[in-house]
Amino acid sequence: MKTGFFIPCYIDALMPQAAMSAYKLLQRFISDVEVVEKGTCCALPLADMGYTRKACGIEASVASLLEKYDRVVVPSGICTDQFRNFFNATPDSDAVRHVRESVFEVVEFLHDVLNIAELPWAHFPHKVALHNGCHSLRGLHEAKPSELVVPEYSKTEDLLKLVDGLEVAYATRRDECCGFGGTFAIWDKDVSGMMGLDKVMDYNRNRLEYVTSADCSCLLHQQTVANKYKIPLKAYYIAEILNGDAI
Amino acid sequence: MRQVDQVKLGNKFLNDVDHRVSHDKCLWEARMRRDKAVSAIPEWEEMRILASQVKLHTLNHLDEYLEEFEKNAIANGIHIHWAKDAAEHNDIMLSILKKHNVRIVTKGKSMLQDECGMREFLERHGIEIYEADLGERIQQLDDQRPSHIVMPAIHKLRKDVANLFAEKLGSDPEMDDPYYLNGVMRRDMRKKYIKADAGMTGVNFAVAETGGIVVCTNEGNADISANIPPLYVASMGIEKVIPGKKELALFIRMLSRNALGFDITQYTSHFHGPREGQEMHIIIVDNGRSERVASPDYYEVMKCIRCGACMNTCPIFRRTSGLSYDAPYMGPIGIVLEPSYDLYKYAQLPYSCTHCGSCSAVCPVKIPISDLIFYWRDQVVAHGYDLKTHRLEMDAAALVLKNSGNLAKAEKVGLWALKHVPKSIAESKLNPWADHHSNPTPPDKTFREIIKNKDKKL
Repeated sequence: MKTGFFIPCYIDALMPQAAMSAYKLLQRFISDVEVVEKGTCCALPLADMGYTRKACGIEASVASLLEKYDRVVVPSGICTDQFRNFFNATPDSDAVRHVRESVFEVVEFLHDVLNIAELPWAHFPHKVALHNGCHSLRGLHEAKPSELVVPEYSKTEDLLKLVDGLEVAYATRRDECCGFGGTFAIWDKDVSGMMGLDKVMDYNRNRLEYVTSADCSCLLHQQTVANKYKIPLKAYYIAEILNGDAI
Repeated sequence: MRQVDQVKLGNKFLNDVDHRVSHDKCLWEARMRRDKAVSAIPEWEEMRILASQVKLHTLNHLDEYLEEFEKNAIANGIHIHWAKDAAEHNDIMLSILKKHNVRIVTKGKSMLQDECGMREFLERHGIEIYEADLGERIQQLDDQRPSHIVMPAIHKLRKDVANLFAEKLGSDPEMDDPYYLNGVMRRDMRKKYIKADAGMTGVNFAVAETGGIVVCTNEGNADISANIPPLYVASMGIEKVIPGKKELALFIRMLSRNALGFDITQYTSHFHGPREGQEMHIIIVDNGRSERVASPDYYEVMKCIRCGACMNTCPIFRRTSGLSYDAPYMGPIGIVLEPSYDLYKYAQLPYSCTHCGSCSAVCPVKIPISDLIFYWRDQVVAHGYDLKTHRLEMDAAALVLKNSGNLAKAEKVGLWALKHVPKSIAESKLNPWADHHSNPTPPDKTFREIIKNKDKKL
């Protein structure tokens, strides 16, 4: 069984340490993880803005790159949601259907596919805010969204509970969007910034100085908003904690 | 014609701290009450599925149910009128009022009558018309449209209402106590109620089986409008019809819980015909609804029961207020409804969204609002109504993301800039990101560079 590791565009350049933790973590469990070297992007920025035709070419080339893998792990909830649920700019084909069916976000891969029961190397003796990003939550169903009347569950929390010393906490507005929204952060920067500030202030009022998430984009937004407004906060991508890289 | 600029209008509200904080807090509390109320019903998710199915079924058999409703309503002694659009609705309304020599009207809340611009139309024809819903009346006095379909004046603070009443009704501007302000309005409106020649309401549900209509309010404004004057006219969109009493029970259980977190509206009034000595009319309005029901792409918007929960949960709506959408319908449902009437005018609305998906998750009839916002962005681009700046940015993105070579080059340039461009430029107005974010700390190497330099087995 061949496993690919797909690095989303913004993570390669801006959060390489997050990708590295996820890559190392995967290698602890499976020996033949291969980085999709020529991979670029799920085409979300284009599809999201309504430019389906411009997204077409990117989708087609990524689909052909991913064809040879039985499964592909992506260290980003929003990109996985795009691959699985919105990868439809190109006409339907076996390659495109294969992408939709074979992608996994890191948390769901560890939780649902590898059924991880222990992480003996992981130690993080802190109270950590868990931010389930909107796409991991409502797109990939990694935890119960607050809107739905269904039994409580949380794959992210299940994994974090395996980390020695870690205590999971939440913002008061547990799963309100933090305002990143990709191009939205530029298009409506003031609303985006205010949503981000409201989120980090919520952590601050709850005396939470660490935040983690399966969505790197939310973390990048929250961390840089906190830095701008000088609010003490350290964001760790979830694999950094699960692999024992967070200190 | 000008396009609605929600970002610009919304930013005015965003930067008004008192108003924004209060608005966000009130609506978030409504959302929290909603969560509590619906989680007390174990079968809530099944009810959402059923409610969606009932609406889809009815929309697919609108002709049959509307005719059944008409037949039963006529048998109940109600006069039925059919209007194909807003103009026809307003003309019919005016002719009914003229026939009865109506000069003064009090009306309950009706989104449809707002949609038709009825109040302004009737006022132009010399009819005095007074909103009986407190929030709507506040908005009428202030010459503003409602900012929320359930809470029309929720964007205002108590002091705004005190100042408005002082100016328009001569009350004490220093008194912003709700009890006092309610008293001021009550004393003023009672004079109108006694004198009104006709009353009007909207319709929440029209029951085909019984030929009766149901109007849900929290202030009894529908009842006072319908029950005092000798003439009562209700306006309803064709999508308001439901098959029978059983289905009515389902929707009544859901509407108020989802809207405001209350088990039921304070007044759930069933009108099955005129009372003795009264004449009752219902105007059934299409105004583009048939076209929407027929659309293979966005017909699901017609399932909407106007609970307003998507507005309460929308993080952007809460921080920018409904007036910033500058349209009869606002918030997430407005974003997916308004472009179907005028794509050019509302072409920027679909971008006021982070795709958090909360609107779809709270919708009691499971309208895929978030997905439909994507649909409208596609339509905006397909019709060439997108902004030039967007097009240029996305052309650049498409080039960068075309292959890994281009991406690597772009990353090099970007990281070089992050490291070497002086802060005075990198964090200036030239960089919109820097208004609310610090720039990210550039790493020494990208992930791919690290991998290339190392043995791939780490």
